[in-house]
Amino acid sequence: MTRLLTTRALAAPAAVALVLALGACGSRTDAGASGDSSASGSTSCVDTSGDSIKIGFLNSLSGTMAISEQTVRDALDLAAEEINAGGGVLGKQLEIVGEDGASEPTVFAEKAEKLIKSDCVAAVFGGWTSSSRKAMLPVFESNDALLFYPVQYEGLEASPNIFYTGATTNQQILPGVEYLKEQGKTKLFLVGSDYVFPRTANKEIVAWAEANGVEIVGEEYAPLGHTDFATIVTKLKGSGADAVFNTLNGDSNVAFFKEYKNVGLTADTLPVVSVSIAEEEVGGIGIENIEGQLTAWNYYQTVESPENEKFVAAFKAKYGDDRVTSDPMEAAYTSLYLWKGMVEKAESFDVADIQEAADGVSFDAPEGTVTVNGDNHHIAKTALIGKIGPDGLIYTEWSSDGPIEPDPFLEGYDWAEGLS
Amino acid sequence: MSARLGPRARVWGGFLLAAALLLGVAPAVLSDFRLNLLGKFLCLAMVAVGIGLAWGRGGMLTLGQGVFFGLGGYLMAMHLKLADAGPGGVPDFMLLYGDGTVPGWWEPFRSPVVTILAILLLPAGLAALLGLAVFKRRVRGAYFAILSQALAAAFAILLIGQQKVTGGTNGLNGFRGFFGYDLSDPVNKRMLYYIAAVVLLLMVAAVRLLMRSRYGELLVAVRDQENRVRFLGYDPALVKVVAYTVAAAFAAIGGALFTPIVGIISPADVGVVPSIAFLVGVAIGGRATLLGPVLGAIGVSWAETSLSESFPSFWTYFQGALFIVVVAFLPNGLATLGQVWRRRRGGSGAGIAADDAVRPDARRSDDQESGVHDPAVSGRTA
Amino acid sequence: MDALVSQLFAGLSLGSVLLLAALGLALTFGQMGVINMAHGEFMMAGAYTAFVVQGVIADAGVSLLVSLVIGFLVGGLLGLLLEVALISRMYKRPLDTLLVTFGVALVLQQAARDVFGAPNVDVRAPSWLSGAVEILGVGIPKTRLFILALAVLAVVALSLALRYTPLGRRIRATVQNRDLAETSGISTRATDRLTFFLGSGVAGVAGVALTLLGSIGPTLGTNYIVDAFLVVVVGGIGQLKGAVIAAIGLGLLQAGIEYSTTASIAKVLVFVIIVAFLQVRPQGLVSVRTRSLA
Repeated sequence: MTRLLTTRALAAPAAVALVLALGACGSRTDAGASGDSSASGSTSCVDTSGDSIKIGFLNSLSGTMAISEQTVRDALDLAAEEINAGGGVLGKQLEIVGEDGASEPTVFAEKAEKLIKSDCVAAVFGGWTSSSRKAMLPVFESNDALLFYPVQYEGLEASPNIFYTGATTNQQILPGVEYLKEQGKTKLFLVGSDYVFPRTANKEIVAWAEANGVEIVGEEYAPLGHTDFATIVTKLKGSGADAVFNTLNGDSNVAFFKEYKNVGLTADTLPVVSVSIAEEEVGGIGIENIEGQLTAWNYYQTVESPENEKFVAAFKAKYGDDRVTSDPMEAAYTSLYLWKGMVEKAESFDVADIQEAADGVSFDAPEGTVTVNGDNHHIAKTALIGKIGPDGLIYTEWSSDGPIEPDPFLEGYDWAEGLS
Repeated sequence: MSARLGPRARVWGGFLLAAALLLGVAPAVLSDFRLNLLGKFLCLAMVAVGIGLAWGRGGMLTLGQGVFFGLGGYLMAMHLKLADAGPGGVPDFMLLYGDGTVPGWWEPFRSPVVTILAILLLPAGLAALLGLAVFKRRVRGAYFAILSQALAAAFAILLIGQQKVTGGTNGLNGFRGFFGYDLSDPVNKRMLYYIAAVVLLLMVAAVRLLMRSRYGELLVAVRDQENRVRFLGYDPALVKVVAYTVAAAFAAIGGALFTPIVGIISPADVGVVPSIAFLVGVAIGGRATLLGPVLGAIGVSWAETSLSESFPSFWTYFQGALFIVVVAFLPNGLATLGQVWRRRRGGSGAGIAADDAVRPDARRSDDQESGVHDPAVSGRTA
Repeated sequence: MDALVSQLFAGLSLGSVLLLAALGLALTFGQMGVINMAHGEFMMAGAYTAFVVQGVIADAGVSLLVSLVIGFLVGGLLGLLLEVALISRMYKRPLDTLLVTFGVALVLQQAARDVFGAPNVDVRAPSWLSGAVEILGVGIPKTRLFILALAVLAVVALSLALRYTPLGRRIRATVQNRDLAETSGISTRATDRLTFFLGSGVAGVAGVALTLLGSIGPTLGTNYIVDAFLVVVVGGIGQLKGAVIAAIGLGLLQAGIEYSTTASIAKVLVFVIIVAFLQVRPQGLVSVRTRSLA
């Protein structure tokens, strides 16, 4: 009895709702079906009339990535402050809209869309993980907006809507392995976290090694957040490697280096080149566990240049003497200045104008002079191999002969054919 | 579940009101961006409806709904990626990370029909199998919760590890079309919203039917006194399997719609933490009620989006505090606030308390008389 | 041969870490059916205790030993607080404790982030624990031997306490039959509180020990909590024996599979094996025999 009544009571509104909805979306679909091509007619809502201009900072301030991305946000804030103090961009003060990516790709995509569509920002700065960038990429492309991405990454990408101010593989990974080869190392062991960057980077290293007579004696991946490296280090010890290339991420580095040291391996006997350990991370790993090991980046706090001196001093003045500066922070700081340079060259905040003007824009960054490549939207950077010192800072051991032109698809390397 | 047996009008009215709000008011007042956001929340609410049934009504604490949500999302994403693929029919990420060929088990999902059938049947089938295995062996309570949690962890690790065929941590994204409709066209995004809204309404209706049916009473009975149900000749395992399967199917459909609406599905949406996060809204809204989980899920997602914008660290505290306060002190969710108030006024007291009663101690349910509250159930068993 | 020995040891060592992480859980889950998701955060608190203590006592060796004691107290007190403030109110809803303690875990994590900062901190290992010992021709890290010894010590101490002290008898009585224990004049409430203190204290100790192996950050606990629960589930309720066998077994299994495949595959396979195992023995390896129907 009860059941019957309820069933009927429910069926009717359900049917009504269905009809309503189908009617609603039916007509819409027809309208939409005509625009089936991929061209999007979204128009920018950026307001350039006032004496200020909005830009968006999108970094993870919560979740697992907050540890790294907060530092990038700090550097961006510093750059914005400096630019505003110097009169702004095209005479307009920067108005920052900050958002939290919460370490989740979906949130990055959602917040990017909010910044573009609701806040109408002229450009967005941020992102760290490859997954956050990949999640944001379609948003920026379909809305025809600009993202400045400040972290070294695995390459194989060039979007007209993204400017990559960190290193691509031929500016970090390749110099890293080539340095090892120069040092007479012929047997490499690859260890990385199980995600996109290490797997792609290692794929490239394997191809490079084959062409260069270097043997890859092992390739191991640990799940993100993995804390027990006994097995991997056992494999490493038994592999006969004479150097290790490390693309581990975050906490795993701590566990890896503690294990490494505990089984008696040292930087002298079996050096490790890391590409995700910067000044920020050294403290958490413990200097005593990692002193003497190598890193590959494009910037260290110890780089000697007037620009860097100024940057480090300003950063410490704003955030405290105990803070350090690192490559992604510097790349983020630089990205804001590069955008400023592009806008001033284009004399416009318009995306198309900026894309047009981008080629050749350069900035005397703390790492040295960097120049935007208009074709692939990466920047020419100098590669630096560094050694971790007893004070926790990283000191340049080796540097490339001047800035290396970005080559995200490794088109200039024969061995890389078939990689992308 | 506010409407008791009598006033049909209330069910009618509530349903019509919800439909009007979702299908009429929201699209009219919200910008495209906000509407899409609401669409995302509706997808999460679908998962919540299922959890409400399995957990609130069936007493199964499903800590692994991310698995089914993810399955639905990935199945949909596979089809969208294949449909988007350029010449050669190979999705872009496979060219980048894989060997440039499409694995055999991807091929069937070129067909839209197969994809939709798979979304409806595959996760549900998996849940049915898993449920049969687990519940037949009388694994329950905390064991079941931890098991389902481990499942979510394993699923996420598997997805991340198989980058060549799953996109790894990046997940699958960058969809251009949805069954032939261009996703960059705002009109089509609206259409997706409407689909999500209608599907959610249908799910709520379906759960309402289930709850008021003989099966629904059996489910509550199993929750409260599994052994008594067994003595009566029913198989509690089967009763649980049905609820678990329905919950899985709802989660999968939610995931399948989430993918095109949000534009990405990644392991970050399926692991342990997102799986637990699904429960927040359900717990807050009122797990055993009909609309509680839906409203809770939408409310919590909305609060997260707006609060985390300005106070990211505050949001974490807030979320933690919500969990603590609601579960510890308002076990039946905010829905009970109204009922407590109504009861104070001397309204229809007993029935309310009964229907939404939270399951008593699982371990000791065998020797507890107090477990049976529901007059309907008592009537049947007596 | 070398590889076999070192893998065997790696498995044992992983097992001892899992055991330390799971011991406290086995106690509280076994006795009260409480699923304490904040257990991992008690470990984190222990780890940060080691960090703070090291700031006060410069000598790494002394500070480690002092930390073990203080870590136990910090973990224990946090557990006691949790029990008195929340869990005691949710007596008849063990499943709900899972959600409440998850909320507590979130809050504790964020608190750690706000107090100590998001970046990891470092605890120096004492010099007498650096390097390796040669056993059967294989270099075994001293830190791992230390943790193994600590785990053995914790198990022995707990078993002795459970078997021979009045408190232990009360705990065992409560585990076996709460109502009967209550009728026999045991204050099960007080027993619960003490159990929680003990179990959470062991978590604190585990946290201190983990500083020797891994990172010390706000998310330290989340890395271990799922594994720790699986140990408890596989081990079965109510006896430490089950947890010990399960932890060592899972450690060896993970290390063994990881050696022949990869770490990711090993994790997934171990999960699958656990699900299959529970099909055979739904109540875990060792369970207290009761006459209940389940």
